[in-house]
Amino acid sequence: MILHEMLSYEMLRLIWWGLVGVLLIAFALTDGFDLGVAVLLPFVARTDTERRVAINTVGPVWEGNQVWFVLGGGAIFAAWPPLYAVSFSGFYLAMFVVLAALIVRPVAFKYRSKRDDPRWRAVWDWALFGGGLVPALIFGVAVGNVLQGVPFHFTDDLRSVYEGAWYAKFFGLLNPFALVVGVVSLAMLVMHGAAWLTLKAEGAVQMRARAIGSAAALVAVGGYVLVGLWLAIGIDGYQIAGAYVTDGPSNPLHFAVTKGGSWLGAYALRPWIAIAPILGIAGGVLACLGLRAGREISTLLWSKLAIFGMISSVGLTMFPFILPSSTDPKSSLTVWNASSSHLTLFIMLVCTVIFLPMILLYTAWVYKVLWGKVTEADVTDHSHSLY
Amino acid sequence: MDFGIVDLSRLQFATTAMYHFLFVPLTLGLSVILAIMETVYVVTNRPVWRQMTKFWGTLFGINFALGVATGITMEFQFGMNWSYYSQYVGDIFGAPLAIEGLMAFFLEATFVGLFFFGWDKLSQRGHLVVTWAVAIGSNFSALWILIANGWMQNPVGAAFNPMTMRMEMTDFYAVLFNPVAQAKFVHTVSAGYVTAAVFVLGVSAWYLLRDRHVELARRSISVAAAFGLASAFSVVLLGDESGYNATLSQKMKLAAIEGMWHTEPAPAAITAFGFPDQQARATHYALRIPYVMGLIGTRSLNTEIPGITELVAQAAGRIRSGMIAYDALLTIRAQQAATPADVTKAFEAHSADLGFAFLLKKYVDDPRMATEAQIVLAAGDTVPTVWPLFWAFRVMAALGFGFIGTMIYFFYRASFKAMNFPRPALHLAVWMIPAPWIAAEMGWFVAEFGRQPWTVDGVLPTAMSVSSLSMTEVALTLAGFVVFYSVLFVVEIGLMLKYIRKGPFQDVTETEIWAARHSNRLAGRPAADAIAQPAE
Repeated sequence: MILHEMLSYEMLRLIWWGLVGVLLIAFALTDGFDLGVAVLLPFVARTDTERRVAINTVGPVWEGNQVWFVLGGGAIFAAWPPLYAVSFSGFYLAMFVVLAALIVRPVAFKYRSKRDDPRWRAVWDWALFGGGLVPALIFGVAVGNVLQGVPFHFTDDLRSVYEGAWYAKFFGLLNPFALVVGVVSLAMLVMHGAAWLTLKAEGAVQMRARAIGSAAALVAVGGYVLVGLWLAIGIDGYQIAGAYVTDGPSNPLHFAVTKGGSWLGAYALRPWIAIAPILGIAGGVLACLGLRAGREISTLLWSKLAIFGMISSVGLTMFPFILPSSTDPKSSLTVWNASSSHLTLFIMLVCTVIFLPMILLYTAWVYKVLWGKVTEADVTDHSHSLY
Repeated sequence: MDFGIVDLSRLQFATTAMYHFLFVPLTLGLSVILAIMETVYVVTNRPVWRQMTKFWGTLFGINFALGVATGITMEFQFGMNWSYYSQYVGDIFGAPLAIEGLMAFFLEATFVGLFFFGWDKLSQRGHLVVTWAVAIGSNFSALWILIANGWMQNPVGAAFNPMTMRMEMTDFYAVLFNPVAQAKFVHTVSAGYVTAAVFVLGVSAWYLLRDRHVELARRSISVAAAFGLASAFSVVLLGDESGYNATLSQKMKLAAIEGMWHTEPAPAAITAFGFPDQQARATHYALRIPYVMGLIGTRSLNTEIPGITELVAQAAGRIRSGMIAYDALLTIRAQQAATPADVTKAFEAHSADLGFAFLLKKYVDDPRMATEAQIVLAAGDTVPTVWPLFWAFRVMAALGFGFIGTMIYFFYRASFKAMNFPRPALHLAVWMIPAPWIAAEMGWFVAEFGRQPWTVDGVLPTAMSVSSLSMTEVALTLAGFVVFYSVLFVVEIGLMLKYIRKGPFQDVTETEIWAARHSNRLAGRPAADAIAQPAE
């Protein structure tokens, strides 16, 4: 096994930091509009036919979209095992709530149309709404907590312990700063869902989606700026103290880390990363204008740009930190001490290089086949085969 | 035994895993049956085959939704409830899970939408490709999951790294071509095919008993019987391959399944029936068939299969060796680069037994301080509870032979008796529907309960693998899963029954278009050509 040494351990860690970011952004770009449409459902669609139009705009694709999330989870497990171990067990009850939402969502999509009873359908409509709202909000809340650092430490044999009683662990996540980030995440995905409905629906559904979506875009941009200001004055960042190696063994306890200063110091160190927040804000503003004007394709692209900019700015600002510890900073996880082994990262990269282009190709083909608007006539003519 | 966080976490994992596996086997098998039916449709152009694909496809969809939903729980639970496990073996175990997403789940999930919504948007061949993509995706998915699970049973291609305090991959090919994983994959997939075949057979038999959808039901039986016959043979023969592999890697599991308390002279007899007694280390009222176990387990007449008592003695030896490794590990951790060469050497010599030292943690905080009595206790813990394994395995195996018999019979009637099925046989087929699920759940129970007290055989004990959570948290989520899953189960079964009662959707326009296109050919035939007519 010499092959894997063609790429240095340091380089592979950087690549996998980027790839996990790509997977999470791809999740937000694709499944993001499914979640957004689900949240918008009770507000943009009032009759059963309208609701079926809205649901069928995402009906054939949400399943594939959700795999970006599953793959993101799998990639974190394979490439960053300590991160997977700490975050999934640390955010235990919050993860359960997300799971519940992600379980109810597929079932709601599939089962809603299987009976004509309006009460049956109303129950699943609310299940879809909740199944969209909860993950959209909690993912943002999680990011808000990661930015502040979370209370965990490693024992000498690298068992992670998350501090606090169970209720403090859960409700501690719902602090004001994290909730603001949660609202940004929710607003961002509602904007994206509205942009999708603008492209795929017409008539009343589209009109309402545009109105709500343009407001959501403003909330997302405003909230994003607020988060930036808050980071500048009210939230401590983290720094690696002293010398460290970037290709050493993945043991989080090998680094010395201090809490203090601001995350935004990164922009002085690496000014080029300012491109990310600029794209995020510009994309959000342009998506808002596009929704107002009713432009279809360009609006969706601006919305994607906004999501890309906003999410990537978080990673770039925190680099090289992935998950800082607020109570025991030296347990913090960074790009340089929390990855898989050199060999595993290399094998996973080879698999990704082979399969990711294929995934993109066939996903593009599926979207091409499904290109075009979903109309009321479509859903009434195909009441047995569509959702 | 006091019920602690480990037991509660195990209970939750068992509940969610067994629930997940209510849906997986039908997805695995029915996706292939759908692809076969649609292939016949594309080749013959007869609408009844398209109608069959759509009808079984609807049932497939109801089942698929819950399979996907409960699968996400499985992927998350390793991190949520088994975080030390995730940290300790994630370097190896995470890779197949991620590759499963990249290679298989993406394919399956991206195309399943088009399977349902693409009938009018794709050409005949285009849609057939989509259906095959779903089937191939589902089956590859099983491959990677079983490579991950196979590694827990037989952890090859990995070594402990004292610098990172975890197992790390040393040989990806060994993990990939792990013989245990390969045998388990074919066994599991075949079990899925049998499940789907029995399901299609049973539902079709129900239609025939009521004289409904006769054309659809008969053709479905012919597909199910042929497909089911091949897979029923495969599931039993490949189960035997698993037995052979267990002799090589998991001797304790095999001995427990067989209730083999002591090593016997080769070739060993198999115990077909009996009552295992853990206390007395004996099986009462045993009905024994000579030679068979030796043949299955070793494929030879002169190789011994070790019994439980002898394996416990071996485990005690490995625990002592593991204590040396543990002692060396602590020195390496404290001194890092300055570790004396002889300590490093001692660690390398004994690191394969490190996991056995961890078994002592149940009795003493520092395994180096263990007394001889504690070593004996820990060695005794390597024996799983025998009677549930003994019985679950026998139920599974008996059902497996039952499936072979059923499928031979229906294949014979379908092929040589003009699809003429006696009513008692049809009744039997309906009542058989739950059997493959029972067999599959028993099989997983044997595989996973039989692996105890380990999560990764010989490497990491289950008791050490759990997350640092409170009982309250796990109790809350367990209660949540039970309530949530029960409701979904009732809804799922209700919908399945509703759509089975409703029967296939008859697309009149479609049939008329087809009949018009083939009017020349049909003109020469009797008016009541069943094949040209829709199935109602």
